[in-house]
Amino acid sequence: MIEPSEKIEEIEIRLLLEALYVRYHYDFRNYAMASVRRRLRQAREQMGFSTISALQERVLHDEAMLPRLLGYLTVQVSEMFRDPGYFRAIREKVVPHLKTYPSLKIWIAGCSGGEELYSLAILFREEGLEDRTIFYATDINQDALQIAEAGVYDLDRIQLFTENHRRSGGKSSLSDYYTADYGRVSFDKTLRERVVFSDHSLVTDAVFGEMHLISCRNVMIYFDRPLQDKAVGLFRDSLTRKGFLGIGAKESLRFCSHADAFKEFVREEKIYQSTAK
Amino acid sequence: MSRLAPQAIVIGASAGALEALSVILPSLPKDFALPIIIVVHIPPDKRSVLSDLFRAKCQVQVLEAEDKEPLEASTAYFAPPDYHLLVEGNNTLGLSSEDPVLFSRPSIDVLFESAADVYGPRLTAILLTGANQDGAKGMLAVAKAGGELIIQDPGTAFAAAMPEAALALCPDAMVMSLGGISEYLRRIA
Repeated sequence: MIEPSEKIEEIEIRLLLEALYVRYHYDFRNYAMASVRRRLRQAREQMGFSTISALQERVLHDEAMLPRLLGYLTVQVSEMFRDPGYFRAIREKVVPHLKTYPSLKIWIAGCSGGEELYSLAILFREEGLEDRTIFYATDINQDALQIAEAGVYDLDRIQLFTENHRRSGGKSSLSDYYTADYGRVSFDKTLRERVVFSDHSLVTDAVFGEMHLISCRNVMIYFDRPLQDKAVGLFRDSLTRKGFLGIGAKESLRFCSHADAFKEFVREEKIYQSTAK
Repeated sequence: MSRLAPQAIVIGASAGALEALSVILPSLPKDFALPIIIVVHIPPDKRSVLSDLFRAKCQVQVLEAEDKEPLEASTAYFAPPDYHLLVEGNNTLGLSSEDPVLFSRPSIDVLFESAADVYGPRLTAILLTGANQDGAKGMLAVAKAGGELIIQDPGTAFAAAMPEAALALCPDAMVMSLGGISEYLRRIA
């Protein structure tokens, strides 16, 4: 029997994801298929393989190929103060609650290149909360974590970051926090003195603390529904009583089996509050 | 050869989209049997007004898609600004922040290719007015999967470049006026 080529490709994708898991413990098996398929097609084409099985053979035997493939599989798009209304809502609605705690733990889950981490660190400094806070910035992609830890970005992105910061209700000038040199800007290292960077997977790793705020934006859009359920369950179990969860502007907990464990706190900015005991 | 009944309609449009969709969407009856999934090129910083605008004048339900939203009949879903919109295999929609394609996010190609993967021959793809090349590769993917192609007659389009690019790649597509597309949709669902 002749299989239509799309069916064969589907098999190849499943096998490749299984191989990545067994060989390297990177688990993309429950990622949303449509976008995984698209990115693997790109990887196959741009890395010069005729089939996804050929790509699989190579990555199984040649560890050096792994970071390149991971670069395709993990999407790293962010900007500082992306969706300024979200950060304004954190500042105006969530911060007053956070100010009632003597110490704070904040988790940026899927921190990518660190843009959101620095946004929150600056916001917390502006609001006088920084000294009592520990930030946990996690990602599965080591390259991304290194970028986050370095805090260096292209100068041509700063105009957008600055505008976003202003629209988010920023109380200082963004330029107070970086120095520019050779077309790049370096963010002040004191912003990361209270940050723990860590390799953590929402798929395979466990709860690691009692968080007051978890920000996980545009990460779960790459998960299928069972995996989204699992991640949201992990957030529920990682939040302190009445802790906060922020997700991406076009994400929703409506389709998730743990929806009952949260109530909408700032509906239009997708900030939820845990109702679990 | 009789064709399999489609399970979904996908529509892509760019410059002139508002006027073109204003002919098609309001003409669909309340009990239209299929979901309609739409990508219109919009600037990333705009809160999408498309769904609000069409909700007021359509009989079908009109939504801006959220991630993992289940697809339902007689509902039109617009891609939100600054996200790609994709069809997932379990009859839901997905979003992605992957890089823009041909400077566009959302991209018509991305939606159409994902829909072709999921629906194969049971898909009708419609490409309307626009001033760029987005959608041509997506239409080709739909054609290869055996789906049905409709391209707005470039002579009647506000901007002809997009339908022309798709026609160059998919010369066998049906070519129709906006009124013709409306009528055709009412007939198939």
